[in-house]
Amino acid sequence: MKARWFTPIVFTVTLLVVALALATVTNNYFYTAAYIVLQFIILATAWNILGGLTGYVNFGSAAFFSLGAYSSVVMFSLFKAPVPLAIPVSAAVAGLVGLGAGYLTLRLRGVFFAIATLAMSEVLYTFVVNWDYVGGARGAYIILQDDPPFGFSNHTQYLFTVMALMTAFAIAVARYVETSRLGRGLAAIRDDEVAAECSGVPTLRLKLISTTVSGALMGMSGSTFPYFMQYVEPTSSFSLSYSVNAIAMPLIGGMHSWAGPLIGAILLGTIQQIVQVTVSSAWNLLIVGVLLVVFVTLAPDGIMGWFDHWRARRRRS
Amino acid sequence: MEVTADLLVNALISGILLAGFYAAVSVGIGIAFGMLDVVNIAHPAFIVLGAYVAYIAHEMLGADPIVTAFVLSPAFFVLGLVIYRIYYYAFERHGQESLRSLAFFFGILFITEVVLILSFGVDYRLVNTSYSSTTWRVGFVDFPLRLVVPFAVSLAMTLGLHFYFTRTFFGRSVLAVAQDPLALQLMGVNPRRVKELAFALSIATAGVAGAFLIVIQPVQPALGRVFIGLVFAITVLGGLGSITGTMVGAAILGIAESFTATFFGPSWSPAVSFGLLLAALAFKPTGLLGR
Amino acid sequence: MTRKHPRLAAGLHSAVQLATGLLLAAGLASAHAADPLKIGFGMSMTGPLAGNGKAALLAMEIWRDDVNAKGGLLGRKVEFVTYDDQTNPSTVPGIYNKLLDIDKVDIIMSGYGTNVIAPAIPIAMQRKMVLMSLFGTDVNAKFKYDGYFQIMPNGADPSLGLVNGFFEIAAAMKPKAQTVALVGADAEYPHAALEGARRSVKNHKMKIVYDKTYPPNTTDCAPIIRAIQATNPDVVFVASYPPDSACIVRAANEVGLKTKQFGGPMIGLGYAALKTQLGPLLNGMTSWELYVPEPTIKFPFIKEFLAKYQPRAATEKLDPLGFYLPPYAYAQMQIVGEAIQKVGSLDQGKIAKYIHANKFSTVVGDVSFAKNGEWAVGRPLYVQYRGIVGNDLEQWKQPGKAVVVWPASLKSGEHRYPYDQNRK
Repeated sequence: MKARWFTPIVFTVTLLVVALALATVTNNYFYTAAYIVLQFIILATAWNILGGLTGYVNFGSAAFFSLGAYSSVVMFSLFKAPVPLAIPVSAAVAGLVGLGAGYLTLRLRGVFFAIATLAMSEVLYTFVVNWDYVGGARGAYIILQDDPPFGFSNHTQYLFTVMALMTAFAIAVARYVETSRLGRGLAAIRDDEVAAECSGVPTLRLKLISTTVSGALMGMSGSTFPYFMQYVEPTSSFSLSYSVNAIAMPLIGGMHSWAGPLIGAILLGTIQQIVQVTVSSAWNLLIVGVLLVVFVTLAPDGIMGWFDHWRARRRRS
Repeated sequence: MEVTADLLVNALISGILLAGFYAAVSVGIGIAFGMLDVVNIAHPAFIVLGAYVAYIAHEMLGADPIVTAFVLSPAFFVLGLVIYRIYYYAFERHGQESLRSLAFFFGILFITEVVLILSFGVDYRLVNTSYSSTTWRVGFVDFPLRLVVPFAVSLAMTLGLHFYFTRTFFGRSVLAVAQDPLALQLMGVNPRRVKELAFALSIATAGVAGAFLIVIQPVQPALGRVFIGLVFAITVLGGLGSITGTMVGAAILGIAESFTATFFGPSWSPAVSFGLLLAALAFKPTGLLGR
Repeated sequence: MTRKHPRLAAGLHSAVQLATGLLLAAGLASAHAADPLKIGFGMSMTGPLAGNGKAALLAMEIWRDDVNAKGGLLGRKVEFVTYDDQTNPSTVPGIYNKLLDIDKVDIIMSGYGTNVIAPAIPIAMQRKMVLMSLFGTDVNAKFKYDGYFQIMPNGADPSLGLVNGFFEIAAAMKPKAQTVALVGADAEYPHAALEGARRSVKNHKMKIVYDKTYPPNTTDCAPIIRAIQATNPDVVFVASYPPDSACIVRAANEVGLKTKQFGGPMIGLGYAALKTQLGPLLNGMTSWELYVPEPTIKFPFIKEFLAKYQPRAATEKLDPLGFYLPPYAYAQMQIVGEAIQKVGSLDQGKIAKYIHANKFSTVVGDVSFAKNGEWAVGRPLYVQYRGIVGNDLEQWKQPGKAVVVWPASLKSGEHRYPYDQNRK
């Protein structure tokens, strides 16, 4: 498949799946659960653009997610912005912060970068808590009184569709970054940054592009969250679980290509959703914990790694 | 806010006492992460585990939590050995360990939380010791023993660790192991063994820090999560690879928190603490005392 | 395509599996929808508020067993469908959509606290379901949903009703309190309480000299108390959650806070855990409570309820006193149960109407609701802790330890001030 066919195919497939779902599934639970899984696909895909391709571990995914969510809150409070308008603004804000954070911290190598993103997340959290315009610690309400646009029967289905399209977009971007010259430069950074720099790869510029793109996609995934919940408050939107999942999902799926985070997010996200409403109690945390441990110990390169390995072996035999 | 000598001195003392506790909480990360490159994000969960162990011993036998912690530290040491074994066989053998092990330790964090919930319930637990409600007053300065005792023990523990790592053969081999395991091997030291023992030591400190925790504040199973940011901030701020770095980081964050709370508004203290960390990283990427 | 692009295919395959899995779950669940009357809700069973959530769940289960012992509701056996919301609002849409679409519950209740109530309201509104909720602070102000009810007894203006008693006590001191320090944790509930406190202070023509918030996980609160002491206020008002309630109380004792009145709606002081662990440090404080065993508090059946609750709580390692949340968790079920029984069907509109129109006699006394779903007339208690010795639990079951000083109608003793002279 040529690169230029990839994007149209992803979008077509997404639209077909969405149309199929809307035509056959009436229960709203499917849409809420699927929305959350899709949200994690975007987060994981976005994380992987920086973390998987360059090896820089962003520990503050929750902060970028919240930047998106709170940009929407501001837009809604200002002039009741509709979802399609809130998304690009949220993405732009989170992308700009990604760029700024990149400038400040990309000189830091390895773990120091991870700690810096964690610190940035705490600082942003404190600002949101103390910012009364977006509700501060009390949280903000986005109350959707009108019917959803484009003839959707309810907001959940509408937001699910929007989320599905954003997911397709994120995957297309990830695949583009990976296969373009940019991606090869990023891979060179991951393998040996100094060597890459010496052989003329503009490492700083490439890294800044990837922090910006990654941040923007994360912001995008959070932009619809206030509309989905109709209520946002800082403690849960900055929750550790976003940061953890954004790392764990690519790890489980495999970090070397766009398909890894997709598979990891679908797998872990779905399991979390199912466990939440089946084994509901302290045990659900246990299952997620055990899964994390088992997967990273038994599948060192993620599911994709497993798969590639298996394919390589089959070819040999 | 008017700055008086009273407030200033008390803010400083409070900050230093708090720093003692912070140092105890972070020193394990200082060893595991700072010296061995093991991103043990589950460390705070082991601290909470230590807190519950101390709680149980106090409920059943009336034992002092801090005494309990030292008596039971061999058990935590063994726990550390076990975890390192798993970690070693799963990750370190293959190289490229730090990122994947992050998810591994998150898993351990969740598992520990669940074990605590299932065995102790979800209610808040706290221990009252004989010194919990006593405050010494020297002039206008308060010394609440609830914080002074953990401070003193923590200082002894961290200083002890500091001398252990800088003065003994084993300690120095720990410092060397991250830099040049091969050279260590040539000297007849098994690097894996060294890392294993050092990691176990770090988990043993978690047990002790847990005892401090339950003396100082009420504990519930998920409390560990709120300490993750703090412990890593402290170790990185001071500089990795030395116990003094951790102590310096703890002192800075403790005093900064106390001053922010006294003179500006406590709500901003996380922003100040983590802002300091960001500034330090931008200014000196390896931490204040880093090499 | 499949041959060349197995990765894409694998991804799609998983997506399809997710869809079919969920659909299958839907089919299985609806097949079970038989006779029992199902009541569904999410509750904090893990996470920071799990201690409260599980205690509330136990109280609700006691109600369920009581009702079933009497033959159920509408002749049907009552069954609960519950999920752990992990004290995390983002789990709420999934839980309630599952409850309504797949488990097909007949009645929904809320989880514990504003953060998980708020995201449940839009779903209740969309499905036109009655939502009886457990301890939210003025959540309906934005939604204005007429099927919403709330059981915390703060009255029609909840954030003011919650704190007003505290400042009425302050105004009644001689000489009247003039200066007030306000402090609270950075979380939803304390901020709501502080907002009410600011209004109440203004109504009582007092002056705010300190008004700050702190992060919920503060380890040492002494710097905060010292900063407050430096402004020398007549009254210190605190709105806090359990861990920081302990932090503030200990710091006040360690610093030796000197003020006329100290306390407020500090969540956690109502539970056995903090009551026993803080013990004598609580003496002299003026605190918000929802039930105390004083002779003036005569709720019908509360003793019977506690007699059922306390032994079960002890075995499940939950709040062994059950004075704070459990009676109200039971009462909300009584109200919903009575409404269903009287209406004679599960018609949500009629149930909402019935609850709005009638007065209910519950385990926490008589309750009737205002237009916004809050108690028509609030009934929070402000008590002063006295004569607490050591860390024994039994003393809290005796009268005279938490003396009701407000409201006047339920008073069991006079407010003693200043605080620092009544601390011992």
